[in-house]
Amino acid sequence: MKFINKQDQINFRLMQGIALGVIFMMTVMVYLLVKQSMPVIKLSGFSFVTTDWWNPLDEEFGALSFVYGTLVTSFLALLLASPFSIAVAVFITEIIPEKVKPIISLLVEMIAAVPSIVFGLWGLFFLAPFVQKTLTPFLKSSPLGMLPIFQGPSFGIGILTASIILAIMIIPTITSICREVFKTVPKLQKEAALGLGATRFEMIKLAILKPSFSGIMGAMVLGLGRALGETMAVAMVIGNQANINFSLFAPGSTMASVIANEYAEAESDLHISALCLVGLLLFVVTLIVNVFARTIVWRFGSSK
Amino acid sequence: MKKLRLVILIASFLLPIAGFAATQINGAGASFPYPIYSKWFAEYNKVKPEVKFNYQAIGSGGGIRQLIKQTVDFGASDAPMRDKDMKKAAWPVMHIPTVLGAVAVTYNVEGIKTDLKLDGETLADIFMGNITKWNDAKIANLNTNVKLPAADILVVRRADGSGTTAIFTDYLSNASKAWKDKYGMGKSLRWPTGIGAKGNDGVTNMVKQTNGAIGYVELAYAFKNNLNVVALKNKAGEFQAPTVSGVSKAAAKIKDDGTGFRVSIVNTEGKGVYPISAFTYILLPEAKNPKLAEVRTFLKWALKDGQSYASKLHYAPLPKTVTKSVLKQL
Repeated sequence: MKFINKQDQINFRLMQGIALGVIFMMTVMVYLLVKQSMPVIKLSGFSFVTTDWWNPLDEEFGALSFVYGTLVTSFLALLLASPFSIAVAVFITEIIPEKVKPIISLLVEMIAAVPSIVFGLWGLFFLAPFVQKTLTPFLKSSPLGMLPIFQGPSFGIGILTASIILAIMIIPTITSICREVFKTVPKLQKEAALGLGATRFEMIKLAILKPSFSGIMGAMVLGLGRALGETMAVAMVIGNQANINFSLFAPGSTMASVIANEYAEAESDLHISALCLVGLLLFVVTLIVNVFARTIVWRFGSSK
Repeated sequence: MKKLRLVILIASFLLPIAGFAATQINGAGASFPYPIYSKWFAEYNKVKPEVKFNYQAIGSGGGIRQLIKQTVDFGASDAPMRDKDMKKAAWPVMHIPTVLGAVAVTYNVEGIKTDLKLDGETLADIFMGNITKWNDAKIANLNTNVKLPAADILVVRRADGSGTTAIFTDYLSNASKAWKDKYGMGKSLRWPTGIGAKGNDGVTNMVKQTNGAIGYVELAYAFKNNLNVVALKNKAGEFQAPTVSGVSKAAAKIKDDGTGFRVSIVNTEGKGVYPISAFTYILLPEAKNPKLAEVRTFLKWALKDGQSYASKLHYAPLPKTVTKSVLKQL
């Protein structure tokens, strides 16, 4: 690369160094995780991800139930949070008067500043009884109550509660990115839609939501990323049972929560090693989900 | 003038170090005895101000690991070190029992405030999921004077690895062969049924919120929060609710058999014994260095004068026989 002057060159090297530093850090992290988890990889091999039998006492480790718990809670959270977040973003950018905008968006973004332990406590003391006493009877008596995901007793603690907590936690992430995306829609485009006789709702649908699709997807991917890695709040309300259970009322367990729960008082070195492998697995799962979501974004972005 | 200021500034930083040749002793380990240890450190500081203790309650497992890595002067653990961990340490590790702890079984059944009685076998059956209703014949036989409802039983247990779980499952293994064969004892294990909650407070909250729930918490925690506790059948056949004296009695007949009290004291013989009791230990390397000598002096104080602080903080003091024998070793 050619530089016009010395300053440019120095700047370039500096930026390059910092960028490479990030990559280096990632590599070291993966290397250490792999190194730490080697004993369990040797012992269990592929059965680590294909079985759900997790028994630290007898050093039998299968992490499938944690993968299941992580994916189900995260996707359910995304499903619950996305309509809300998009609606709030539209509301803030299009509907409310200019003066109130900063207040509302500040309030939404403040949700992101609440520590996750506070969410966990709120979930434990308020949301769990609500789910048990109000939401569960409602869901069971509704026509959807027949579905296998709404079977079995609810004790307020479980996959559903964890998903709801996660949904609330990722709303600010999705909302604020959606808001930025909607801001980039040209004013002329909106006015053109209105000029053609579109109602306000049609204008929002045609001139804002449709062209912003890939941006909205991107926002959802970031929200999903946060949900996948969330630890404390989930550990407090998910019930921490290492089983695969298709009912949303049943207790479950996620990769992040099992690491948080068991690391400090691990039974043996092999147990620690297995928890490191769970960490590595979480890393891989997050990567796969992200790559998958990004290809969707790219495909839709380029087909237009 | 400026120079003078500078000198004063520097001196003010140096003086506290020079004036106090304080010995700083670092320890790490179990969180269960943390309240009594910090009380002891504070009281001992009045007796011997030149020794300062710094104790990090990072959990028993962490304490053992830090001790092996030699990043702390002493460790603390609720469960004795395993032989393979002992081998990893650079020196033999002495186990000094400091106080006794116990696990209380707490429950929430509408209409039953006190007087729920269980034995070990039944308790294990409940935690295995073999007994699922409160009016099960096995529970009813032990509680003939109580009207039991047909409510579902919800088992609540610790989700995080914990010494409390180790003591509780030690008791279940002792009381039920089926439990011992299938699940065993440990800090985290594969539970057959129930919900995992985080910490003593998580378990307590879950039990309080749910009719029909049963769980286990540290004794001190149960006392402080006025929880309903189960009276358990001991070897003498009495139903014993957890009390500080009942826990002390559990260790009364224990003699040092050369292992330095690295023994389980669940379900011991004797009258008035509360069966889910355990020692908590300070782990002391048997090496010669001045800091460890200070720890030994402290421990002597803790075993003599320190024991009187125990029951106020809901820990059971060691029985005289045990303190005598430990003091001899120190």
